[in-house]
Amino acid sequence: MSKGWMCMILKKPAVAGTLESSDVQIMVEPCEGKIEIIIQSSVLNQYGKQIKATIEDVLKRMDVTEAKVTVIDKGALDCTLRARLECAIFRSSEISGEYPWGDVIQ
Amino acid sequence: MIKRSKPQKFRLRRTMLFISAQKPGQIKDPYIYGADSIIMDLEDAVAENQKDAARFLLYHALTTIDYGNTEVIVRINGLNSPHWKEDVRVSIAGGADGIRIPKCESAKDVQIVEEAIEKAEEEFKVPKGRTLIMAALETPKAILNAYEICTASPRMFGIAISGGDLRRCMQVTQTPEGIELFVARGQTVLAARAAGVQCFDTVYTDMDDMEGFKNEVIMVKKMGFDGKSLIHPKQIKIVHDIYKPTQKEIHDAERIVRAYREKSEKGEGVFTVDNKMIDVAFLPSAERIIALAKACGIYEGDL
Repeated sequence: MSKGWMCMILKKPAVAGTLESSDVQIMVEPCEGKIEIIIQSSVLNQYGKQIKATIEDVLKRMDVTEAKVTVIDKGALDCTLRARLECAIFRSSEISGEYPWGDVIQ
Repeated sequence: MIKRSKPQKFRLRRTMLFISAQKPGQIKDPYIYGADSIIMDLEDAVAENQKDAARFLLYHALTTIDYGNTEVIVRINGLNSPHWKEDVRVSIAGGADGIRIPKCESAKDVQIVEEAIEKAEEEFKVPKGRTLIMAALETPKAILNAYEICTASPRMFGIAISGGDLRRCMQVTQTPEGIELFVARGQTVLAARAAGVQCFDTVYTDMDDMEGFKNEVIMVKKMGFDGKSLIHPKQIKIVHDIYKPTQKEIHDAERIVRAYREKSEKGEGVFTVDNKMIDVAFLPSAERIIALAKACGIYEGDL
């Protein structure tokens, strides 16, 4: 997977992360024509916007334009959020190995 | 992206704390416990179907969390697994200080990993040679090959004996006095010292027996180990206290260093300090005690 490779096509529902404290469980599913983000978090009032912005940033970076993303947050840091979402996207796209570290993953 | 300073081959490594790379709660702030090194584990702590998830978490932790002066080593999966090459790639891309090779049995194993590290350093524009290597010896064959493993690469900073698998292979069980690992531990220290690298003792897994843990640390320090792999932050302070030089040791070391400097200027090679014969052979250990006291933050002298 070289630099310049892009556009993740979601093929199936995929989950990454757990419901442990400090973690976040994220499910991504194929979704026609739009991005739909559902967030469940005990800190939704304080961090809901920030969580949404991070999700959108990762989707944009990975060129995912059609997806349903369900987020169950257990107080995850921003870097955990990114890690779980990226993992779910790669799982959904059925791509593994030779990940583009430092490229679309950053 | 967090820039980590250049890894040092020789540094204080009394405590190397294992952290599961798949647990956000563990990975976010392990530096607060004060271990000299942390080992982000992609191997046994991570279930087979979560290897990918652990790598994503590791990458983001390495690139966004400031671990300060705590050394960050990644334990990759074994060379017989389909995972280890990607483990090396993500570690180098994230800027880890070093790689811990599990179940290392020969110089060849070290060199195979070194090759992958070099390739990854090139791919991710990391200065060539930056990433250090340590190897875990977990089988009788590994213990017998300890010296060739220690000298397999200029990146090697140390070897660690890994008791769990070794005891299984040796068909022995753990004893409080450690007699079942006595030869293996001895060989590990010998090989490391012969090669000029460091050596680390195995983990102690019974968290209910702190007395047993303490006794084991005292023993392995006496045997010459530089430190120990740990499974719990609670174990750190105990090791640091045991490895801390006593005031008497520091005092004696100072007197030896001063006397040596003074006498050698006058052309005397052998002399006495406190009625003990001292010559140049005593100097390195005296200097090491002072260096250790400085590293522990308890040195108040001016040497």
